Amino acid sequence: MSGFRSAVVTFPGSNCDRDMAVALEQVCGSEVLRVWHGDAELPSGLDFIALPGGFSYGDYLRSGAMAARSPIMRAVSDAAARGVPVLGVCNGFQVLTETGLLPGALMRNAGIRFVCREVRLRVDNAQSLFTAGYDAGEEIVFPVAHHDGNFFADDATLDRLEGEGRVAVRYAEEVNGSARAIAGVLNDAGNVLGMMPHPERAIEPAHGGSDGRRLFESVIGGLVGA
Amino acid sequence: MKVRIHVSLKPGVLDPQGRAIQHSLEGLGFSGVNEVRQGKLIELDVDPAVTDDQLDEMCRKLLANMVIENYRIERVAQVESAQ
Repeated sequence: MSGFRSAVVTFPGSNCDRDMAVALEQVCGSEVLRVWHGDAELPSGLDFIALPGGFSYGDYLRSGAMAARSPIMRAVSDAAARGVPVLGVCNGFQVLTETGLLPGALMRNAGIRFVCREVRLRVDNAQSLFTAGYDAGEEIVFPVAHHDGNFFADDATLDRLEGEGRVAVRYAEEVNGSARAIAGVLNDAGNVLGMMPHPERAIEPAHGGSDGRRLFESVIGGLVGA
Repeated sequence: MKVRIHVSLKPGVLDPQGRAIQHSLEGLGFSGVNEVRQGKLIELDVDPAVTDDQLDEMCRKLLANMVIENYRIERVAQVESAQ
């Protein structure tokens, strides 16, 4: 797709922003614009926005809490409301829940420890903009690296997420105690995905696996087909 | 004036840190601790003109995450804060 334009937001403490930019460039052929948390506006004509992993603001108060109140997030919320696809990975997922763009919260891992390894995931909804390149029920492997990945929401919210097909991916093994093994959720409109595992760290064999490529390819395919 | 914001996990929300603390207490030989829940204490020094409604809004918008946490606002008496 020519002219694909994406933005990667960098917060103080982000550390996966470059990996995300490389994935968007290499897999999507995207022009990637780097945006700073203090910017009040996003570049115009964006096709995609990514909130990367890391430890924004040192995880002060709660993971993602400070970043969620930074100037750029008002612009991201507005763009999401207009239908621009937004992907939040790891700390980006935490920022999206803190902003209220996604339901639930990400709490300390049930085992207390930081978990940094490859995990098996199962694609729950293979119809979404982000997951259309996978088969429903397919098992894939992504790396995780987080301390606060334990997804929590009340039962009514969990029932609604499952009923509406908004659970994009689940853990296929025990990782962090997440409610109903949820690893990634979509917003109501399906254009915002937050997930703890890192697709951008699995885009070529040298990474140990390339299952993440299809997530980015799905987005390109979905936007071309739209 | 001093204001203390007590942030605690809602009942029913699992608290792995609290559980680990409980296990540590048991390991130190303390018995009879039935449960530990870890929260946060945030102290603010605010102008007397800051209203309860404004403090409430601060809690809802930033200091507590209403999905998982409750909060309690405590205005600390001037006498105590002067000591």
